[in-house]
Amino acid sequence: MNLTLFVVVLITAIVLVVAAMSIARLISPRSYNKQKGEAYECGVPTRGKSWMQFKAGYYLFAILFLMFDVETVFLYPWAVTVQDAGIDGLLNVLFFMLILILGLAYAWKKGALEWK
Amino acid sequence: MFDFATITHWVDELLRSFLPHATATLVECILIGLCLLLGYALIALVLIYAERKVCAFFQCRIGPNRVGPYGTIQSVADMIKMLTKELIDINHIDRFLFNLAPFVVIIASVLAFGCIPFAKGLHVIDFNVGIFFLIAVSSIGIVGILLAGWASNNKYSLIGAMRSGAQMISYELSIGLSILTVVVFTGSMQLSTIVEGQADGWLLFKGHIPACIAFIVYLIAGTAETNRGPFDLPEADSELTAGYHTEYSGMHFGFFYLAEYLNMFVVASVATTLFLGGWMPLHVPGWESFNQIMDYIPSIFWFFGKTGVVIFIIMWFKWTFPRLRIDQLLRLEWRYLLPLNLLNLFLMVIVVVFKLHF
Repeated sequence: MNLTLFVVVLITAIVLVVAAMSIARLISPRSYNKQKGEAYECGVPTRGKSWMQFKAGYYLFAILFLMFDVETVFLYPWAVTVQDAGIDGLLNVLFFMLILILGLAYAWKKGALEWK
Repeated sequence: MFDFATITHWVDELLRSFLPHATATLVECILIGLCLLLGYALIALVLIYAERKVCAFFQCRIGPNRVGPYGTIQSVADMIKMLTKELIDINHIDRFLFNLAPFVVIIASVLAFGCIPFAKGLHVIDFNVGIFFLIAVSSIGIVGILLAGWASNNKYSLIGAMRSGAQMISYELSIGLSILTVVVFTGSMQLSTIVEGQADGWLLFKGHIPACIAFIVYLIAGTAETNRGPFDLPEADSELTAGYHTEYSGMHFGFFYLAEYLNMFVVASVATTLFLGGWMPLHVPGWESFNQIMDYIPSIFWFFGKTGVVIFIIMWFKWTFPRLRIDQLLRLEWRYLLPLNLLNLFLMVIVVVFKLHF
């Protein structure tokens, strides 16, 4: 039943966008001007390409995010059963978290958390 | 306390009494979709009006006051204006991705919106991994924003999208970990179970110190996640014109606007559901008559009241703090919030394992 509802909500979202876009296309005015198609920047024509290589700093944070996000995902099943698992479970998870905290400490020491 | 399930059961029986099984199910699905759409649009309109009024009062202005009494129909007028604006065709864009981006952003926010328990018996999706599903779908929105920035072929858009991507993925860690702290306490990921577990006291009171830390971290991270307040540098107007939606016009832009406000609502209502007891009324153990009076207030008012307070706090952030720089933003997350969160998780586990909670 939940899966059906999920599909219903998904279709609702798509219908919302399609309906609003078609109403907008139907009633919005249209005019042509050569300047309108240009990129909205500083007034002068754009220099160079905008699809280009970008600062590597963002990529570094994305990699770090991947590591910790997967950690969070792994911790969720444990979090549900923490009351049953008790101290034994806690010790096991602590070992797992220790490795990741060491990773964070290493990244910190290497300066990966510094914005350059 | 009034249970909304009685209404839905009544509608269900009514439909099944004169329609065949499959048609009745189809009609119910359409009804659910319509109600969801109506709620979505209504909340967006109310939030846009509230934002403008709150902003005005913080700056000692009156705010919108022309359209309707106290300007209450202002956001309806805005919506009509947005629908009638021209959709400009831009030359050098990746047309497919450019048109796809609003879909992704809206789908993410509607799916997250559908997971929230609004009142007793009033929720659409109720998975047993509900809160996990909610985080998963709301993070799809990042993809939409990155697509919008990349497909626009505009340098402002690209910078805005990249900043937004870095900011949102960073703060998603904090959101995930603070929600993990709650899951450790409740032992369930189903939103309805989490709310019912708070009948004898809201989690903020039951979990005392670790729950309060998690709530504060969640509020900070949630504000950053919606690109608002002091963390609005993806669309910093003074340096990037409009960030990732610079090239979008008319209703195309409207979708990003809509999704932003709805994401704020989703963040606030998740904070309400997890920490402030969802639709549960305020109960003080021992005060029987007080508890009975509180039970008379319908659950839907409790939910929207608490969510309104959280939304007001998020708006308050925006008009109080100056905008951060990107290095300060990332430092706050990776150096302070993330270690604090891991420590807090450990604290919460100790509280739960040794039964130190109320």
